[in-house]
Amino acid sequence: MADQTKNQGGSVLRIEEISKSFGPVSALEGVTLHLEPGEVLGLVGSNGAGKSTLVKIITGYYQPDGGRIWVDGEPVEFKSVDDARAHGIETVFQDLALVDELSVYHNLFLNRELTVGRGLRFLRNKRMKEEARRYLSDIQVSIPSVDTPVEKLSGGQRQAIAVARATRQPGMKILLLDEPLAAMGAREASLIIALVKNLAREHGVSMLVVDHNYTHIFELCDRINVIEQGRVTLDKRVEETSLGELTEFMLTSYKQQLQYG
Amino acid sequence: MGTPVATASTEGRGIPAAPTRPSRWRRLIQGQELVVTLVGIALIIFFSVATSAFATGSNLSTVSGYIAPILILAVAEVPVLTLGEIDLSVGGVYVLSPFLVVYLNNAGIPPLLGIIITLVIGIVIGIINGLITVYLRVPSFITTLGTVFALEGIVLLSSNGIQVNPVGGDTLAQVLGAWQFSSILWALGIAVALHIVFRHTSFGLHITATGGNVTASAESGVKVGWVRVACFAICSLLGAFLGILDGYRIGSLNPGTDGLTLMFYGVAAAVVGGTALTGGKGTIIGAAIGAIVLGVLEDGFNIMGINAFAYQLVLGLAILGAMILNIQMDSLRAGRRGGGRARKKSARGADPGAGQSLPSVEDDSSPESASTH
Repeated sequence: MADQTKNQGGSVLRIEEISKSFGPVSALEGVTLHLEPGEVLGLVGSNGAGKSTLVKIITGYYQPDGGRIWVDGEPVEFKSVDDARAHGIETVFQDLALVDELSVYHNLFLNRELTVGRGLRFLRNKRMKEEARRYLSDIQVSIPSVDTPVEKLSGGQRQAIAVARATRQPGMKILLLDEPLAAMGAREASLIIALVKNLAREHGVSMLVVDHNYTHIFELCDRINVIEQGRVTLDKRVEETSLGELTEFMLTSYKQQLQYG
Repeated sequence: MGTPVATASTEGRGIPAAPTRPSRWRRLIQGQELVVTLVGIALIIFFSVATSAFATGSNLSTVSGYIAPILILAVAEVPVLTLGEIDLSVGGVYVLSPFLVVYLNNAGIPPLLGIIITLVIGIVIGIINGLITVYLRVPSFITTLGTVFALEGIVLLSSNGIQVNPVGGDTLAQVLGAWQFSSILWALGIAVALHIVFRHTSFGLHITATGGNVTASAESGVKVGWVRVACFAICSLLGAFLGILDGYRIGSLNPGTDGLTLMFYGVAAAVVGGTALTGGKGTIIGAAIGAIVLGVLEDGFNIMGINAFAYQLVLGLAILGAMILNIQMDSLRAGRRGGGRARKKSARGADPGAGQSLPSVEDDSSPESASTH
């Protein structure tokens, strides 16, 4: 009970002692972190440190073995992606979660199709197309047509569609971005960075960004957490640290892992 | 459409912001469906000219009898095939179901109620197939290979290998297959209903999505387990229904009926019609047209007195041809995932539009190569 009161501060998201194993492999060993309203938190760490697993737990795709999650000070338990979405958590997955065979607009609306009728829900394709077209032009994403199957799009265009799908949701409070800029050219990356910054500043959306590119992290984030071997090992605001310090820290912990790991 | 987006598509190069809308017909019948339709029309013309018996009223009922079973099994398999799965057991369900109606009748349950119970049992068999495949991760080919043998064994054991007659009043029999055009009308009705579900509902969209990329669909929140189990249930239900129809159509129930071969005719029709066995691509209309082509072929060969074995040969070649066509047409479409990078590049080279809208994107940094864990 005392524990719970402690966590009812202003944090929009707080996770405590989250652990997750896949068979004998332990991916997360008690991760604790918090995310403040309108804050952009960068999550960095070497490959296999558990960043993507953590993202998939917060988004309801995986269920943790142990630990607790609070959203707006309220304890939550996500059994599915829909559960997390109901709490305003949207995700851009590392693999983008796009279905190549489907059109751009069907991907944008996948599992949240506009429909009529109950039981058998009939697709309102025309409305979905219109809304997709309008939204993509609003955020200045250029694609040949919303009818195009996403398999015909370039890597960067696909990434933009994946980001657009998450940001389109009106009830969004928390946005999880797992390597959102990985496949992007400089121009598209700056477009997405501008979009992300706008969402944080203007709409108060809190974000958790996983990225290997520290330059992007410093450009986007207010605070940085380093996750190593399933734990958070560093928590600093960007103005308290530097690219050099972060690189040095990562290098040191990497060397330690090689020695003792 | 009023968007400032650079709308340069492959077909509309140089015509800004006017995406060409494919006509209703072109959207309904496209690619391989169109090819198969033309083949079907050519066959009908050929048999009509080459034989005097083909284009006759009495042959219409004969050819309907060939087409209906293949058509129902073909459209039943399409959702399962679109998932990248297959249901072999539907051949066993097909043999078992009319016997179940007879057994239930012997136990004092009236035929109509017996039919409903049998259809429910069909659904249950499909759910079992689905659960074993999805949650115990047995490949569906193996799961349903097991169930098809088990089901045919049940029929042989319970009937002692002896033929029986279907039960039920005359009206029931006429509606459910005995009248010469009843099966084909049921088949066409089922195809239309399934097409609407498959193309125009969110459930249908989720089938294609799951078949295309199961992880991405799950990450999007699609209930992929449920979708897959439901497709097996639908397939099995239709197999049970067809068994009952064919029981009344033929007028006697043979426990040695080769359901497995009939099931493969259904799969063949679906493949010929443009459904990919690899998943993510399926068409009910194509499967129905494929079934009509196979039925016309079988009937035409019979009339011309061509050896029945020749039908098997042609069927085999047709499946091979269709599959090759299917895969080749797929490679023609630009940028398929996986090995599609080289094609993606060449396609973009030929299409200045894509480069124009997003000049800075390098294909080398596509998500596959950029993902680092």
